Amino acid sequence: MIHVSATPVLALRGISKRFGAVQALTDVDLEIHPGEVVALVGDNGAGKSTLVKTISGVHPIDDGAIEWEGRTVRVNRPNDAQELGVATVYQDLALCDNLDVVANLFLGSELRKVSVLDEIAMEKRAKELLDTLSIRIPSVRIPVASLSGGQRQVVAIARALIGDPKVVILDEPTAALGVEQTAQVLDLVERLRERGHGVILISHNMADVRAVADKVAVLRLGRNNGVFDVASTSHEEIIAAITGATDNAVTRREARTATKEDAK
Amino acid sequence: MSDLAKTPGPSTEKPASDSASTAPAVEPSAAPIPAVDPRLLIREEGIKGYWSEFTRKVRGGELGSLPVFIGLIVIAIVFQLQNSNFLSASSVANIAVYSSGLGIMAVGIVFVLLLGEIDLSVGSVAGVGAAVWAVLNVNNGWNDWLAILVAVLSGMALGALHGFFFAKIGVPAFVVTLAGFLGWSGLQDWMMGGEGSINTPSGSVVENLTNYFFEDKAAGYGLALVAVLAYAASLLVDSKRRKAASLPARPVAEIVLRTAVVAVLCFAVAYVLNEPAGARGLPLALVLFLAVLIIADFVARRTTFGRQVFAVGGNPEAARRAGINVDRVRITVFALSGTLGAFGGLFIASLSGGATKSVGAGNTLMLVIAAAVIGGTSLFGGRGKVWSALLGMIVIQSIQQGLNMIGMANAVQYMITGAVLLAAVVIDSVSRRTQKTAGRA
Repeated sequence: MIHVSATPVLALRGISKRFGAVQALTDVDLEIHPGEVVALVGDNGAGKSTLVKTISGVHPIDDGAIEWEGRTVRVNRPNDAQELGVATVYQDLALCDNLDVVANLFLGSELRKVSVLDEIAMEKRAKELLDTLSIRIPSVRIPVASLSGGQRQVVAIARALIGDPKVVILDEPTAALGVEQTAQVLDLVERLRERGHGVILISHNMADVRAVADKVAVLRLGRNNGVFDVASTSHEEIIAAITGATDNAVTRREARTATKEDAK
Repeated sequence: MSDLAKTPGPSTEKPASDSASTAPAVEPSAAPIPAVDPRLLIREEGIKGYWSEFTRKVRGGELGSLPVFIGLIVIAIVFQLQNSNFLSASSVANIAVYSSGLGIMAVGIVFVLLLGEIDLSVGSVAGVGAAVWAVLNVNNGWNDWLAILVAVLSGMALGALHGFFFAKIGVPAFVVTLAGFLGWSGLQDWMMGGEGSINTPSGSVVENLTNYFFEDKAAGYGLALVAVLAYAASLLVDSKRRKAASLPARPVAEIVLRTAVVAVLCFAVAYVLNEPAGARGLPLALVLFLAVLIIADFVARRTTFGRQVFAVGGNPEAARRAGINVDRVRITVFALSGTLGAFGGLFIASLSGGATKSVGAGNTLMLVIAAAVIGGTSLFGGRGKVWSALLGMIVIQSIQQGLNMIGMANAVQYMITGAVLLAAVVIDSVSRRTQKTAGRA
């Protein structure tokens, strides 16, 4: 339903990541196209957050390749990912409580004139950005500590958009939000897609996923377990892929009998 | 910064004073006017608004520099009643000169505290700085300026070394700098060699650091005038640019009021240093201290590096994910602390007539850290101002000067300074807790 260009803006090929004795990711593939929302789902411990952290440079990958617009790139530090145009909104928000909203929005990419901060330009752009996203917070000059959970979430998302990234990663953006705030965040995701950003959305909430995602990539125990088109896939099929219900004696038998019938 | 949070909201809230010139007409049917959250407390205009904002902040635990100002006034009144010479020219000049060297060291400590760390080595680094200068300049006959430069750079190197062990190896800063505290005082001892003290040559640059006074009265008043004009100009320019960008700006009345307060303070100090009998004029040490303060304050509040220091102090992980090189920030801050420590050491050597084995020993470290904390910089990182080095050091030196003048024993001085430090830390902790319950920490 979305026009998708041929080359994915971001492609992961055979990503593996170990933490000591734990093989967190094994041979994972993922493709994101511009203007596409890909939901990344899976049970707890399936490796969603780890995968996101490898893309955003928090954990460098052990094996595999990351391709950006068709070129193979190395992402070893958060800076590398930022320079490519990947912005990440972490589950634990990663805001500095002691800084005000403007400072948090521009942290790491401050507007400046020869390393002197241009507070006025930053405040102006912060207001414009928050207005275009219809984000309501009391003031852009209060410390983040005094914002509510939902307000922090939208600030964190807005923060990801400051550098005009090509890919935005949202790690459980609606987990802690109320009904209206969830709807606002989902609106925000749709606005990102309209503006041509590629979006990776991690969520446990299938209603949210079905509401905004174009594709669903399922991870199970650190491996790919299928990529589904949301429009043509039932809720049960996705749940089955997440829980591994497709991989049991019954399905294997069905698959065998199906191939036999084909052979006849 | 937080006093800019007075979003004026829809244009009905414009202050009466400048409504004629600035009120931007409501854009006809542009994007819907951003709705102001109805729960946001908008400051009323005028004096009443200031007062209600002020009381709200105090109740919310944002005390800022308030306890220090009250403390300074109490100190001045108490000692002036005990000894009418406390506010005399020579006494005030003394406080200024003795505040300068330790105050410069406290500026470095403020940066370390903003990171949420501590530097216990600053006294020993000061001693090493003084020793390096004395050995090079006096014993080896190096040029004054070159010896000073090498002394200050050696402080920077020692600080960077602490920063390296803290940031790259991951040793707690407390322990690294404790090792530095011991090790560098040994190095200082070794460098000073057999004689144990090297006197400052008369007329040398280091002697002048604390002994030179601008006797021309124009210096004191001129500096005060320049400071006031620069302050007013920076506020006006900022306000004008904010209005041009249609952002909430300080009303003219506030700019006038702030400038007036700063002007009264500056000219009062200049007057006391210049006019009364026995006045020697503006001390060079004070000028240098103020220069360090202004530069450091600018770096902390207006540059990328300063913003990074606050971010690392507030949430290192968030700073790292934002692409800030946390290790580099940490090493730089410790190097800065070492640099200013060695520079301050030269002032101490100048005051005591030369480099000795005991420069920077004793209570130097305690006074420097106490000054930063008393001045209102939080021990928990991410909150504080460079000016707290000045305020806190004036408090400490005023107490010492006052107790000396009424002939109080050294032992009592220590106990009183200790009590003041404890009071400052208690205020910090309590105000932090209050801020948490008020949702601002």
